[in-house]
Amino acid sequence: MVTNTISVSETPQVLYALRRADDALILGHRLSECCGHAPTLEEDMALANIGLDLIGQARALYALAALREPSLEGGRANTEDTYAYLRDVGQYRNLLLCELPNGDFGRIIMRQFLYSAFIDPYWRAMMKSSDAQLAAIAEKAEKETAYHLRYTSEWVIRLGDGTPKSHDRMQAALEFLWSYTGEMFDTDEAEAMLQAEGMIIDASVIHDGWRTTVQTILDRATLTLPQSAWMQKGGRSGRHSEHLGFLLAEMQQLPRSEPGAVW
Amino acid sequence: MNKTLKATPPVQLWEVFIRSRSGLAHKHVGSLHAEDAELALQAARNLFTRRGEGLSIWVVPSHLIIASDPSEKGMLFEPALSKAYRHPTFYNVPEEVGHM
Amino acid sequence: MYTQALNDLPTPHNLEDAEKMANFQTRIDSEDRIEANDWMPEAYRRTLVRQISQHAHSEIIGQLPEGAWITRAPSLRRKAALLAKVQDECGHGLYLYAAAETLNASREALMDQLMEGKAKYSSIFNYPTMTWADIGAIGWLVDGAAIMNQIPLCRCSYGPYARAMIRVCKEESFHQRQGFEIMMTLAKGSARQKAMAQDALNRWWWPSLMMFGPPDTDSQHSDQSTRWKIKRFSNDELRQKFVDATVPQAQFLGLTLPDPDLRQDEVTGNWMYGEIDWEEFKQVIAGNGPCNQDRLASRRKAHEEGAWVREAAAAYAARQVSRHAA
Repeated sequence: MVTNTISVSETPQVLYALRRADDALILGHRLSECCGHAPTLEEDMALANIGLDLIGQARALYALAALREPSLEGGRANTEDTYAYLRDVGQYRNLLLCELPNGDFGRIIMRQFLYSAFIDPYWRAMMKSSDAQLAAIAEKAEKETAYHLRYTSEWVIRLGDGTPKSHDRMQAALEFLWSYTGEMFDTDEAEAMLQAEGMIIDASVIHDGWRTTVQTILDRATLTLPQSAWMQKGGRSGRHSEHLGFLLAEMQQLPRSEPGAVW
Repeated sequence: MNKTLKATPPVQLWEVFIRSRSGLAHKHVGSLHAEDAELALQAARNLFTRRGEGLSIWVVPSHLIIASDPSEKGMLFEPALSKAYRHPTFYNVPEEVGHM
Repeated sequence: MYTQALNDLPTPHNLEDAEKMANFQTRIDSEDRIEANDWMPEAYRRTLVRQISQHAHSEIIGQLPEGAWITRAPSLRRKAALLAKVQDECGHGLYLYAAAETLNASREALMDQLMEGKAKYSSIFNYPTMTWADIGAIGWLVDGAAIMNQIPLCRCSYGPYARAMIRVCKEESFHQRQGFEIMMTLAKGSARQKAMAQDALNRWWWPSLMMFGPPDTDSQHSDQSTRWKIKRFSNDELRQKFVDATVPQAQFLGLTLPDPDLRQDEVTGNWMYGEIDWEEFKQVIAGNGPCNQDRLASRRKAHEEGAWVREAAAAYAARQVSRHAA
């Protein structure tokens, strides 16, 4: 049957893979919007490289989700493209942080820095997963995110400690993004089951190290860590900002306009 | 449609050298713009190693490279061309001696 | 092709040493390569700066029409390939600006000229990408035409340009194939997909032929550029090679080239094509194409919005230097 929307059987393993895949895809998509529009040609190259790394990670994780998802009626299985192109906004499981509009180069860099400072140690810890496929994905992703962290750290320092104008922009970007960082460390019952099996780690254990990394770089950048403790959440359970709908409308328009077509 | 902009200030130029495989020397691959060494190194990685071309990168500010003067090519390099006795093929060794 | 507007030859302002000129031509004739700090006629330098910078501008303006579809690519495989491809174009622009810089033309000054509307770039990028099939058509036709032109440039007499082109050609080898694969998938797809492919071909065919520049009868710069071995084939020769290579590919796809006069010459085997609308070409080069204004506005916007970033990096670097000195 040709379909224009899919249902997903979200077992804990599938849900887990989709969450990580959606983070990578949505953030990679945001970075891909910058191609041709960055402040210098050198940074145009850099942002596209990071975007390509993330889209690659998303594909590996969607493939894993497809493998672990119980087969659908009629033996049909989901694929990376049905997950990406035929799920509605409420079926997406990414962090709100990843779907926020780009804003200026400062905000793009700050968002990528805050995420990379989390996801790099996260993947490093996941290399010890009892699940061999997840461990392999983690090992490949970690090398990529380690570079993302280095690249963005250097830019946070330069823009924070550059001119008064750039300092203000970076501080504003940090304030804007801060309340979206808490969701990275959340965990729930579905993940607790996988943690108990040694398949995944508890993301909250990354928090203190993340905070130290962020503080170290912000100090060098002469930026101030926001005080607010209130954190936004909802992306992991499909409650998104208004922005994701627009992103998906653009991204999914073509495949949805021609159900079943091959592109 | 024409709009006069303030001239964009030039950014420092760097030369990039890449070791493509273990055991090989670094080879000049091109140049790029960056305000400092760290950014130059990152830009070199992002620009010149996207297809697995490198294992090691050097970046050097272009103005630090001292080049020989092309008009002195004769003086510098031609004297070496007439010294055939520096090359093994200059000497005759009978074939029965074998490889030497 | 990316330099199709280069029609007027700069004339030397000062009389240059006749002996140096003769030596220079002897080197060119013996297929020697000219390097950055070698003596060269001022007109050679200026011709190259103009050609290389137009080529560089074409690459970075060329990011825009295809870039418009990265966020709408219909599968993740296509999305990754297109992002990588458009990123390559940025890289190619960068290699080419660097080649121009060896001739004492700074990238910043060249890009300023582009944004002020004073520089030219390939007319092809002033046409809109309306549908996904346009991404296929661009890869297949526009990159195909570009490769046809760029391969001889790998043997250009100016070393830094030739080396940049070698790198560009190596990286571009996947571009045309990804475009053809998109066209093939559409041509084998639903009726709507096939119609989309045919429509894209109808719109991109003639502008692709225009990429090779004016006919040889109107091309004033060719003689000198040929003598200097900057150019090795004439516009019409390259255009013919392109048509001959492309016609069988279109037949393979089951698509129709939008030229009722197209026929194969029985003697030469060449595919003879109909009249090209050179008035359209002149208008697009003069800034009146459907997207000229959008392209420059987009480039300017990126530049202006990035100013604070460049200023911050410069300020930080300057402070690091003075801290070290202190």
